[in-house]
Amino acid sequence: MRRDLLTSLLAVVVLTAALGLAYPLAITAVAQVVFPGAADGSKVSFDGRVVGSELIGQEFVGRAYFHPRPSATGYSADVTFFGNAGPNSAELRDSIEEDIAAYLELERRYDPSLTRARVPVDAVTESASGVDPHISEANARIQAHRVAAVRGLSLARVEELIADHTDSRSLGVLGEPGVNVLRLNVALEEEVPRR
Amino acid sequence: MTQGWLQIAVFLAVLLALVKPVGLYMARVFSDQRVFLTPVVAPVERLAYRALRVRPEQGQDWKAYARSLVVFSLVSWLALYLILRTQGAHPLNPQGFGSGPWDLSFNTASSFVTNTNWQYYGGETTLSYFSQMAGLTVQNFVSAAVGIAVVVVLIRGIAARSASELGNFWRDLVRTLLYVLVPAAALAALFLVSQGVIQNLDHSQAIQTLGGGQQVLAQGPVASQEAIKELGTNGGGFFNVNSAYPFENPSGLTNFVEMLLILVIPAALTYTYGRMVGSQRQGWAIFAAMSVLFVAGVAVVYLAEQHGSPAQHAAGLHTAAFDGSTGGNMVGKEQRFGIASTSLWTAVTTVTSCGAVNAAFESLTGIGGAVPFVNLGLGEVAFGGVGAGLYSMLLYVLLAVFIGGLMVGRTPEFLGKKIGAREIKLVSLGVLFTPLTVLLSAGIAAAAPAAKQSIYAGVNPSGLSETLYAYLSQANNNGSAWAGYTGFVQPNPPGNASAHGLTFTDLLGGVVLVGARFAPILFVLAVAGALAGKKVSPAGLGTMRTDNPTFVLLLIGVVILVGALTFFPAILLGPVSNGLSARLF
Repeated sequence: MRRDLLTSLLAVVVLTAALGLAYPLAITAVAQVVFPGAADGSKVSFDGRVVGSELIGQEFVGRAYFHPRPSATGYSADVTFFGNAGPNSAELRDSIEEDIAAYLELERRYDPSLTRARVPVDAVTESASGVDPHISEANARIQAHRVAAVRGLSLARVEELIADHTDSRSLGVLGEPGVNVLRLNVALEEEVPRR
Repeated sequence: MTQGWLQIAVFLAVLLALVKPVGLYMARVFSDQRVFLTPVVAPVERLAYRALRVRPEQGQDWKAYARSLVVFSLVSWLALYLILRTQGAHPLNPQGFGSGPWDLSFNTASSFVTNTNWQYYGGETTLSYFSQMAGLTVQNFVSAAVGIAVVVVLIRGIAARSASELGNFWRDLVRTLLYVLVPAAALAALFLVSQGVIQNLDHSQAIQTLGGGQQVLAQGPVASQEAIKELGTNGGGFFNVNSAYPFENPSGLTNFVEMLLILVIPAALTYTYGRMVGSQRQGWAIFAAMSVLFVAGVAVVYLAEQHGSPAQHAAGLHTAAFDGSTGGNMVGKEQRFGIASTSLWTAVTTVTSCGAVNAAFESLTGIGGAVPFVNLGLGEVAFGGVGAGLYSMLLYVLLAVFIGGLMVGRTPEFLGKKIGAREIKLVSLGVLFTPLTVLLSAGIAAAAPAAKQSIYAGVNPSGLSETLYAYLSQANNNGSAWAGYTGFVQPNPPGNASAHGLTFTDLLGGVVLVGARFAPILFVLAVAGALAGKKVSPAGLGTMRTDNPTFVLLLIGVVILVGALTFFPAILLGPVSNGLSARLF
């Protein structure tokens, strides 16, 4: 028993030093040298300053921008939690109803052919992380009408930009394609600065 | 949905391809044979034995082994508890987080020493980098190694011929870490960084967003923890929203790799087992039974989630997929994973003890959400936690052999060893301990006013699901959650960042975590000891085979029977009620 206790104490000290300090610090050192951009959060710059991370969604409200998915956390990137709306929640029904109505009201003005049946699910449902950086391609194509009109660009040009900033399935198979909202909006700003 | 099924098929194919090479490698490691890493690792290994002052060749019987394991876990628990309680005094704490309260730290220490990683604490909102690294990451490694050591002992017990010594705990611990977990985790961590998982020690960074708003980007040593969190089937996220957060899991590819990391050791251990007992078919039979249970779960979640939820339909949302949109229940899911990858992940993390989540479980549809309940209810045996999955499944194998023996009226025999009353008593205790703990603790929590304050969804099936799942998850050492159940008085402080949660849920959970981890481990080690001492008699004509399809079916039947009889009513009242009704609450 005493033997086990002594060995355990030694083991905990040694393992804490090796696995709790040496291992993560070594990984940090290598990562900082080999993948500095990624290790620090894949930051995106515009106009000489960091405006966010391409992996972390952020809020966009103006009509000149593509809008991200709804967020339960106000797009917080330092206090994260799930919305936890249950599948049979009346509150969830109400919030989706409101989101559909708002989406249709905003986008129909620029795309009169838009119907309720074409509202993509991602546009009116809160993501898991609260900072989903992507929207679906269908969602982006609908918003393209508005952004093109507000920015005075051709629809074709905006759709081209969407394609440029779509992350396709990894290796062509894994996951789902998504349009990176921040990168797309940065590209728009570079093309036609918002006044 | 073709594309989704393709993703699932690709995953299964890659997993299957890894089973043999990884299983073989581990069999050599646990039999003290030479592997390709030996030239590099052997000197470190010798150094480790010298530092711990142990003689690795000294054999231990099951009691001595159990004593080392329990004392080591106890000391680990104390170390982690102390780290959490004195967090304010440590370095690597750029945000200046204070020390943890006693009750929450009790739960967290219990959670990580037991390979569970249940999270009442807030990740990025309350823990320093030092605590995440020197506290949680260490236990992610060590608790995984302990689980693997236990299954290796059971395998040795099954394979032994009239022996009493089952190996040396310290040697198994060191070799598992040095030859398996550390090299694999280091490689995986660097790969994850290359894909966008962050790894730094910076203060969180406030930025002005493109749209003119404010956003604070949390930073930290995430990748080093993420890798072992998956590989060791631990599951405790650096961030509160775990692997849904892009800094933990940025793409379809990382999602895929993380799922592989979770399943590779539990799946490959079946091959290790076959190798070490001298009959590869025995290993494949167990692999087959596990695969059936796993694939069935994946299919149900995927179909249910693609269908969408009653709340979505009541809101007039069309949930069919069309060009450019996944359709389905995207509430609490990420666009880059969509429905298929999220469904696969949900099954992967609940058939194992890896409670990592890449979506909000509480927002799953009723039927989709029933799958995690069933997977945990069956005791996470397909493929299960590292080590824990296979040793739990081997208990079921012995139970199936016993039941099969009764059916044909012969003394039950397993690999030439007669299974006697003592073994079956120990097996039954090992199989039933966790389910009984779940029912008892969930019952207490559903009735106790102090615990009811933790429920987010209210008095309805979702509220019951939260409570039941909290104790299912803690007792099965899973760690995923119907995350409305936070251990705090509702409405919950964002990020669980206020000083005190509910002492009652912290303590009840902590006791459940520790009890349901170590009691079954002791039963398993005792079974190993009992089996090791037995003589092996040659198989005769009447010997029931344990490596053919009939036995695989019998095994699946026994697993389902035990799980279903225990949990059927409770699961009906929770997720299944949601799934069968379009009623909104």
